[in-house]
Amino acid sequence: MYPSRFGYESPKSVAEAVALLDQFGGEAKVLAGGQSLVPMLKLRFAAPEMLIDINNIEGLQYHRVDPDGSIHIGALCRHEDLEFSDVIAKNQPTIAAAAHLVADPIVRTRGTFVGSICHADPQGDWAAAMIALDGRIVAQGPKGKREIAMKNFVSGPFQNALAFNEIAVEAIIPAPKGVARGGYLKLERRVGDFATASVAVSLDMVGDTIARAGIALAGVGGHTIDATDAASVLVGKKLTAENIAAAAQAVAAAADPRTDHRGSSDYKRHIVQTFVSRILTGIANSSQKAA
Amino acid sequence: MTSLYDEVAPTPPSDVPTRRITVSVNGEPRTLDVEPRLLLAHMLRQGLKLTGTHTGCDTTNCGACTVLFDGRPIKSCTMLAVQADGHEVETVEGLASASELHPIQEGFKQEHGLHCGFCTPGMMLAAKALLDKNNNPTEDEVRWALSGNLCRCTGYQNIVKSVLWAAEKMRAESN
Repeated sequence: MYPSRFGYESPKSVAEAVALLDQFGGEAKVLAGGQSLVPMLKLRFAAPEMLIDINNIEGLQYHRVDPDGSIHIGALCRHEDLEFSDVIAKNQPTIAAAAHLVADPIVRTRGTFVGSICHADPQGDWAAAMIALDGRIVAQGPKGKREIAMKNFVSGPFQNALAFNEIAVEAIIPAPKGVARGGYLKLERRVGDFATASVAVSLDMVGDTIARAGIALAGVGGHTIDATDAASVLVGKKLTAENIAAAAQAVAAAADPRTDHRGSSDYKRHIVQTFVSRILTGIANSSQKAA
Repeated sequence: MTSLYDEVAPTPPSDVPTRRITVSVNGEPRTLDVEPRLLLAHMLRQGLKLTGTHTGCDTTNCGACTVLFDGRPIKSCTMLAVQADGHEVETVEGLASASELHPIQEGFKQEHGLHCGFCTPGMMLAAKALLDKNNNPTEDEVRWALSGNLCRCTGYQNIVKSVLWAAEKMRAESN
């Protein structure tokens, strides 16, 4: 397979890239890791006039934790940068748990965190993680930068809230109120397959009380599912067996899975319930050990 | 040669805009004029006649087209040739020296790490990326490193053994 013809530019700055996007008025696509875009070009699901390769822009590869505790991930930070990151291992358990489950190790050398979120695949891992974390995306356009809350960023399957002349330059994970706890579990038939079901959990804990609970689901709906309303049954409470069971049940009810070759709707809902319970129980047990 | 994979010619018709790129392939600088839509795998196979890089699934699943890009493994069917401009690419042709097989190649021979051989170049480059960073991997680490590469013959057992064999040889050579 080979893509249809397109022009190619590799700008050296974000401003230059934005100007090109603006010039092509919606007929241009941004190329970062390309691990979703290039297959789509080959299948001709995407046929842009112009491809704007941002890989040669300096200064977008970073990920860091700021003194206030917020984590910032640049547009060219690759999945494997996060997988092997001490900063992430120390500070962000949801991202740390998901990083080695994205696609396969070879795709992870190239694909980017921010690009994967922009791709907004209903089965994508990072959009679910970022919704659970109540993250934000920094978009840069001709008039400067603006922040978009993750819960508004994914507007549908393969749709995001960026204007045609904006580039997502950074993802921000806000500082936790208390201690960041969390996890990510994914059921896949084999490495690199799309998720049958996956669950992202992020808790901010003050002592053994939950100050904030974010849960999001991938693979069990027409788009990434924000189950934060369902997770709110945990807020202000402790991780007792009873509360965990109630949360798992509420989140499973928020899933909207369809029966397909990966499993029946009931099966996928059951997986969601099991995963929520497993992640929360894991957090409860490790907190007990630490205490 | 005519095949499905030959449609984007290494030398495009004169009315199509091309870009001149220089890529270091197995240590040698190669300069080509390519259409932006030419995939790196096709540049290697059709443009440079380095047919050791295989195109298997063409959908980023199988890893048969794995090459090293600045030392890290990538699936060359999922990168544009223009993106390799100014970068280093290593293919299976770069593994052996004039007189000696690379320890990974020797390992695949010793431990019968292949049947049909189609996935082997990708397997060996994924293994090289691992062993260049860690020449004393556990079996789990080898399985992790190869989890993006599919083999439909072997059941993987002998591939894992081959890589562990190579690791031992590389450790012995570095001492």
